[in-house]
Amino acid sequence: MRFIRRSVFALVAVVFLCGPAFGVGDDAPGIEMARQATKGKELWITADHSKFDALKQPFKSGPEVTKACLTCHTEAGHQFHKTIHWTWLDPKAEKEMGIGKGGLVLNNFCISIQSNEPRCTSCHAGYGWKNKDFDFKSEEKIDCLVCHEQTGTYKKFPAGAGNPAPAPGMLFKGNGKFYKSPEWNKVAQSVSRPTRANCGTCHFYGGGGDGVKHGDLDSSMRMPSKNLDVHMSTEGQNFECSRCHTTVKHQIAGRIYSNPAAVDRKSLLEDDLGAKIMCESCHSATPHKSEIGMKLNDHTDKVACQSCHIPTFARELPTKMWWDWSQAGKMKDGKPYVVKGEWGKPTYMSKKGDMRWEKNVIPEYYWFNGTIESITAKTIIDPGAPVKVSRPIGSSKDHKSRIMPFKVHRGKTPYDVVNKNMVIPHLFGKDKAAYWKGYDWTKATAAGMAYAGLPFSGDVGFVDTEYVYPITHMVAPKDNVLACEACHSKQSRLSSLTTFYMPGRDASRVVDAGGWFIVIASIVGVVLHALGRIFIKGRKED
Amino acid sequence: MAATHNNMKKIYLYSRFERFWHWTQSILIIMLMITGMEVHGVFKLFGFERAVDLHNTLGLSWLVLFVFIVFWLLTTGEWKQYIPTSKKLFAVARYYAVGIFKGEEHPVHKSAGAKHNPLQRLVYLGLSAILLPLQMVTGLLYWTYNDWAAYGLNFVSLETIANVHMGCAYALLAFLIVHIYMTTTGHSLTAHIGAMFSGWEEVSEDYKVEDWEVHEKS
Repeated sequence: MRFIRRSVFALVAVVFLCGPAFGVGDDAPGIEMARQATKGKELWITADHSKFDALKQPFKSGPEVTKACLTCHTEAGHQFHKTIHWTWLDPKAEKEMGIGKGGLVLNNFCISIQSNEPRCTSCHAGYGWKNKDFDFKSEEKIDCLVCHEQTGTYKKFPAGAGNPAPAPGMLFKGNGKFYKSPEWNKVAQSVSRPTRANCGTCHFYGGGGDGVKHGDLDSSMRMPSKNLDVHMSTEGQNFECSRCHTTVKHQIAGRIYSNPAAVDRKSLLEDDLGAKIMCESCHSATPHKSEIGMKLNDHTDKVACQSCHIPTFARELPTKMWWDWSQAGKMKDGKPYVVKGEWGKPTYMSKKGDMRWEKNVIPEYYWFNGTIESITAKTIIDPGAPVKVSRPIGSSKDHKSRIMPFKVHRGKTPYDVVNKNMVIPHLFGKDKAAYWKGYDWTKATAAGMAYAGLPFSGDVGFVDTEYVYPITHMVAPKDNVLACEACHSKQSRLSSLTTFYMPGRDASRVVDAGGWFIVIASIVGVVLHALGRIFIKGRKED
Repeated sequence: MAATHNNMKKIYLYSRFERFWHWTQSILIIMLMITGMEVHGVFKLFGFERAVDLHNTLGLSWLVLFVFIVFWLLTTGEWKQYIPTSKKLFAVARYYAVGIFKGEEHPVHKSAGAKHNPLQRLVYLGLSAILLPLQMVTGLLYWTYNDWAAYGLNFVSLETIANVHMGCAYALLAFLIVHIYMTTTGHSLTAHIGAMFSGWEEVSEDYKVEDWEVHEKS
């Protein structure tokens, strides 16, 4: 079939030598549905929660609101209990392996939630996970509001283990901000389907600050311009997160550690009940319609859409690219201090060490089959090389792998010099062992590892680490995509991916050297021959 | 110069289609070289995307033209002009190496039945039977890279195809340089090029065409 298509194309190309563009309008499948889903939202909502008696009770706490929610949404509780937003554990991995931020997986930001729960779990969609005793069976502890409230006033207290500030409010010393207690009835009656702002409450601020972690998810994505994200743009399609992260029974489509976001690349034409998580779900595997579209479409088996369509990330707000914990603990006049750099972002904090922020970052590219392998605090590491705390899995030989852009967050992170594993430091807490109180790595690590039930030799060192994020948001409009030369050139963005031949980047030195030799030899030959003819002719005429 | 200018006569050597395909092919090949070199990263002119697009279109156009050329060669019997011979081959080679400098006469003269001297026959045969088809086949394969699996061509590597295609391009460029230079070796500097435009070539009246040069046609 394809050959016939190509043959036809060949004929057309010949007849029209520089054939006209194959014009196809904006009538791609899914676009009309997308419009319905995003424009005129009121059509899609059949309930006005402000009219519900259950939500008019005098609430004083989150769990009371949740109890009211569950009176109608009877299945929501146990549905939600099964999701990673509740468990913080990889649903497919053995529990003992501890894969998940609620387990023993680490990153090179604040490293681990173990022993630091009250601070870290302020992003948990639940109330009161402050230590190992948290009751994961309790449906009332679910925080429905953080995802569903629409007033924009509902804030959790940063160190409140997932609870908002108690009435009337509380000052958080970490950022000097005052957190008001929620007006429970107001927020409860505002509930609706989650918006970008709801998801962003946690996902824009991962790592404790705006843009710290992802690079392609920060507060600029709440109301993005068309240049920043062509799908979520308020001038354009205005997609909410759930538009692509298809949600069924509170299970939100997306990659979870080594579980790919989607196993098969198929469009909604092939399976209209499939998740919309892949670009191809709506755009198909042959989305390019221009003159050269056929060649561009040839790329979709090896190159993820994101690689060309997200030329840089952190385009409006900076993201953290480097974090050196080994520099933490310096004092000024015996007190911890902060140095701020460009964009008002900290470049040094006594609590956290050196850090570097960047904007408009060019991603790094890896072969990616949709899964990311993470190490845990139990994994034996080689401190001689940068430790890949998380790394993309894939290869050029694997037909399920494609080239994907990544943010790579690098840093120096504490490890056990003797046992050769990454360690879990106890950072947050009022006790002296907490690093942010006592500034003693050995004590903090001993406390953190003991809490996690892991051995510790007593010898803390620092090792170079890398942590990866697939870059998949901030899709630029088609006029701003990467030019072919970005990869197909000697200065290729893909220069680190060396296991395959790529036109424009790769060349055989033997063929090139031999080729230019015969070309230059031909030129020299004809020049000498011509000179000979001129010279001898001239002499004869003398 | 080679020929004595006394007894010259004009003979019609290159038919209209022959001249058309020669010049069209030359333009296509030169454009293919320029765009191909850009794709290879030698210089920047059109931009990679435009260069690839042009290269593909030009290549396919050339392929179609080549089919017509081969058809023409076969139906007119002109393919016989390319039958190789060793007769006078070394005399011609010696002429270009030595004789040309001494003002000797070219050992083989052009005639309608024998447009090409033995050296040309050998070179043009190699070109049209080996180098150009090889370039087209590797080019087509390169272009259809994504369909190789469907064709059962999984054992071919893109690197090999690309290198052969590139190697042929260098060989073609070397040929082009020598080919253009050789046009200046007629009885005047532009005699051969002129003939390729007009179809008419000036040859010496005295020269007697030898039997081996002529085949039954003409």
